Parts: sequence; structure tokens; C-alpha cells
Amino acid sequence: MELTFDLVALQLFTGLALGAIYVLLAVGLSLIFGMLTVVNFAHGAFFMVGAYVGLFAAEKTGSFWLALVIAPMVVAAFGMACERWLIRPLYGRGIDYPLLLTFGLSYMLVEGVRIVWGKSGLPFDTPELLQGATNLGFADFPTYRLFVIAVVAVLLFVLWLLIERTSFGLIVRAGARDPVIVRVLGVDVSRVWLLVFGVGTGIAALAGVLSAPLQGVSPEMGTSVLTVAFVVTVVGGMGSLMGAVVAGLLVGVVESMAVLIFPEAAKVSMFVIMAAVLLIRPQGLFGRAGLMA
Amino acid sequence: MSAINPTLAAAPPRSLPANAFAAIAKHRVLATVLFFAIFPWLMPYQSLAINILIYGLFAVGFNLLFGYTGLLSFGHAAFLGVGAYTAGILIAQYQMPWWAAVPAAIVAGCVVALVMGLLAIRTRGIYFAMVTLALSQCVYFLIYQLPASGGENGLRGVNVAEVSLFGLKLNLLDPLQKYYFVFAFVALALWLLSRILASPFGGAIEAVRENEARARACGFDIERTKLLAFVLSAAFCALAGALNAIHLSSVPIETLHYATSGMVVMLCLLGGMGTYFGPFVGAALFLLIQDLASGWTEHWQLLVGAVFVFVVLFFPNGVWGTLLQKVSHDR
Repeated sequence: MELTFDLVALQLFTGLALGAIYVLLAVGLSLIFGMLTVVNFAHGAFFMVGAYVGLFAAEKTGSFWLALVIAPMVVAAFGMACERWLIRPLYGRGIDYPLLLTFGLSYMLVEGVRIVWGKSGLPFDTPELLQGATNLGFADFPTYRLFVIAVVAVLLFVLWLLIERTSFGLIVRAGARDPVIVRVLGVDVSRVWLLVFGVGTGIAALAGVLSAPLQGVSPEMGTSVLTVAFVVTVVGGMGSLMGAVVAGLLVGVVESMAVLIFPEAAKVSMFVIMAAVLLIRPQGLFGRAGLMA
Repeated sequence: MSAINPTLAAAPPRSLPANAFAAIAKHRVLATVLFFAIFPWLMPYQSLAINILIYGLFAVGFNLLFGYTGLLSFGHAAFLGVGAYTAGILIAQYQMPWWAAVPAAIVAGCVVALVMGLLAIRTRGIYFAMVTLALSQCVYFLIYQLPASGGENGLRGVNVAEVSLFGLKLNLLDPLQKYYFVFAFVALALWLLSRILASPFGGAIEAVRENEARARACGFDIERTKLLAFVLSAAFCALAGALNAIHLSSVPIETLHYATSGMVVMLCLLGGMGTYFGPFVGAALFLLIQDLASGWTEHWQLLVGAVFVFVVLFFPNGVWGTLLQKVSHDR
């Protein structure tokens, strides 16, 4: 296979779209960890449930656009219920317990989806408006992937505004630094945590719906994605929005370039990046040293 | 002693069960080995007993890291898998005898653990679970692509029909004789574990679990202690993997899967982390639940997940751990 400019450009682009979805996953994971110090092992499961709810909503309403809004809201509500009734009793009991609980929860979610929608994967049609390719001047790109990148960019901007420019965001940032002081200042931290968990899982669900037309939906789709989200978070640095964006795109692009140049190594490429980052900068590219002590 | 803790001398006479319990705890290796010597007659069928022994050993290895050192790894499937594949490939494709393949599997497990451990202990706290998970996925992909591993179909033809050592012949096609073959390894491993836990190193890893900063201040080399615990833990898991390969005569690719890493966490927590016998209790409970539940529904994993969530919420010490606590309260 010859490496033409078009091919490389196309693959680079595919990598960006892939990376954009990784970014969404890592941002949600990182946000939840930064606030609640909970490593959400059910993050992949929420992603998967989001894709299925999106599929269901798209079938019922006949509109992909409605599904794109409904699925994150449903999953966010569900995620908030999980935080309130399952995770909250575990605060103060050691950092491993919420992690273990969400792991058990992911088992239940995967099996629950298998019961409702069956064991085998289902196709998810790309909405008509986004089918085909768009010419960007120098090459043709699949329109849907362009759309994914655009949605992720807009969402990240909104999230940035929310965290950096609103009073809610101020509490989130302060809470990530020192929840005790924030509580002393009279803020109901547990309500903020509830909302943050909802936002994080909602973003995971959105990522699920967005990736569904690319790969279809299956009960196991969350497992591999969870690993990727972890790798991206470790590479970018936990609790850093910027780190999640850079690392997500990096992992996506490297993976799809490896498919082109050295296909056998594609699956392993992200772990090589992670190993390199761990050796050179254990706290991650954008992580603060000592944050995890 | 009584000067430091005067209430100890004035303690009321112990109740009989507590006394018996203390005696058993003192000779934990002997008690456990005796129990497993009669274990096959307590189980509905013998292959279940073998499974409990093997997965119990897997959980014992994991417990050394999670329960005693306080490091939560989500990548232990890699060690079970590397052990199983090493022993399996050596036996099936290189016609090596079992007595060479099993130690080779343990060495291979240790080497992989050393590499993974060197990377993973560079991170602190909760990162550890994420990094070990990611690295074990890497091992999964590497072995999956290895031509000798059989990829998707797994490894077949790991046939050890008969073992003989010092004139003693065991026919592994008979489940009971196979049980005692596995039992011999498990007994050895349990003795070794007891020695490790009773050694100064055993004290050091518990110090790391209880308070890392203080252990460091006491002059322990934390990184080396963690790494050694990681490698030792992997050695037990690799042995379990090698035994499982011989038991099944094959190695399914699922051995390396993320779900296997998760399962061992469940076994350990279900039984009671940081207890000597707990991992076996966890393995027995898990496999019995799986055995019973898979009989009446194909969605037994829902039940497994629910039990796990329940245990995390209400019985963080596990079944065996809670029992131990009750007994020591009675004293």
C-alpha cells in the first residue's frame, strides 16, 4: 500500500474523530475524579447504555437529533441516582470502595442491556443529513466524522465556560482543591458532587451516541472504551481538562496512523504512549505533581 | 506485655469456639491443607473442587497485593494468562514435561510482572488500578497476536495425561487424582505464603498498606517493597494459570480478558481481603453462585454484579472476614 497524501490526510482525520470521542470519555472521567475522587469503572458502561438509549430514542422518535439530546439526559439522571444511593454511602470509607462499587455496577449494566436488547450487536444508521463526504478543499472527508469533531469542540467550549466562567464552575474548581474548606464556607458540596457525576455520565452517554453510527452498538462496547479512557486520563494527567483534550487526540491520531503504517501495532500503540509518559512524566502531560498523594 | 496492656492479663476466660479458632489460626497452613485434603468429598462434583482450588490460588496471589499490601490491581488476568499460555505452549508445542513447564510459567509471570510493576508503581494511589488495567490489556493484545497462542480460538492440546514423580504415578484423566495433583501445588503455595506473611517482609507490606508515609519515614524502601509484592503476587497467579492450563487441557483467550481481572477482585472481596483463608471462601462462593445461577438463567452475571455491589456496600470485610471479626469480638 502506497502512502499517498490523501490517504494520510484521511487517516489523520479519522484519528481526530476517534480522538474526539476519547476526549469526551476522558473529560467525564477526569471531571468526576477531580471532584469526587471516584474512579468511575462504570464509565464505559454508561457510554454503552447511552448508545443503547440513543438507539431506542432514535427508533421511537425517528430523529437522531432528539436521541442526541435525550440519551445524555436519561443517563445523567440515572448516573445521579447511582451517585445518590450507591456511591454516596461509601464516601470516607477509602478510595478503593467507590471504584469497586462502580465495577460491580458495570457488570449489572452490561447484563441488564443484554436482557433488554439482546446479546448481539445492533446497527445504528448514520442520519441522512450527515451521510456521504464533504470536500474540505484538499480532500474528501466523511461528513459524519466532521460532525463528531464539531460537536465535541462545541461541547468542550461550553464545558470550559461552565467551569471557568460561572459561579458553579468556581465551586467545582474550589471543591477539587479542597472540599472541606468549600463546605466550611457554606456550600452544599454533596449537591455539587451529584451534579458533577450527572454531567460526567451524561457526557459519556453523548460519546456513546456519537460513536454508535461509527461502530454500531453492542453490550461489550464499553469495555475496550474504558481502557482507552484510562490510558488517555493517565497520559493527559488526572483532573486536567486540557490534558484530556491533548491526550485524547494524540491517542486517536497515533492509533489510526499506526493502522496505516504498522497495523499489528495499532491496538498496542496507546499503551506504548502511556508507558513512555509514565517513565518520563508519571503525573501525566498536564497533571500537577503531587496531586495524587 | 502486661505492663503495657494490663487488661490483657485480666481478660475473661475465652469461650470454647474462640479457643479452637485461635489454635487453628496458629497452625493456619496445616488447618487449610487438612481441609483441602477432604474437600473433594464436600463438593457436588470434583471438577468444581479443582476449579475452586485453582481460582482460590489465583485469589490468594491477588490477595497478597490487594489485601496485605493495599494495592488494587485490575490487571491480574495478565499473570494468570501468561502463566497459562507459557505452560500451555511449552507442553503443547514443545513437548516439555510438566515439571519444567510449570516453573517456566512462574518465571514468565514474574518477568511480565516486573515490567508491569516498574511502570505501575511510578504512579500513586488510584492511578495504580488504571495503569495495571491498561497494561494487562496490552498483554492481551500481544498474546492474541502471537502465532503460537492460537488467537481467538485459544490454545488447544495442552495434554498431560500422566505425571510421575519419585515413583508416584498420577493419572490426570481421573478427576480425583487430578485434584490431588493441583492440591500438592496449592499446599506448597500456602506454606510459602504463610512464610512470606510471617517474615519481616510480610510486616513491611502491611506497614505500606496501613500508612505509606510512615513506613517510608521508618526507612522502608517503599518502591522496592511494592515491586517485590507485585512480583510475588504474580508468581502465585502464574502458578494458578499453569495449573488451569493443565486442568482444562487448553487455554481460552478469555483467561487474559479484563473480566478475569475483575473476577479475582470479586473473589478476594467476597471472601475477605487481607485474610489467609478468605480467597478460597470467595472462590468457592463465586463458583457455586455461578454454577447454580447459570443453571436457571443465562444472565447470571447480573446476579454476580448485584452480589458484588451488595458486598461492597454492606460487607466490606467479606464473608470470611466478617466471620473472623465476629469470633474475635466474642473473645
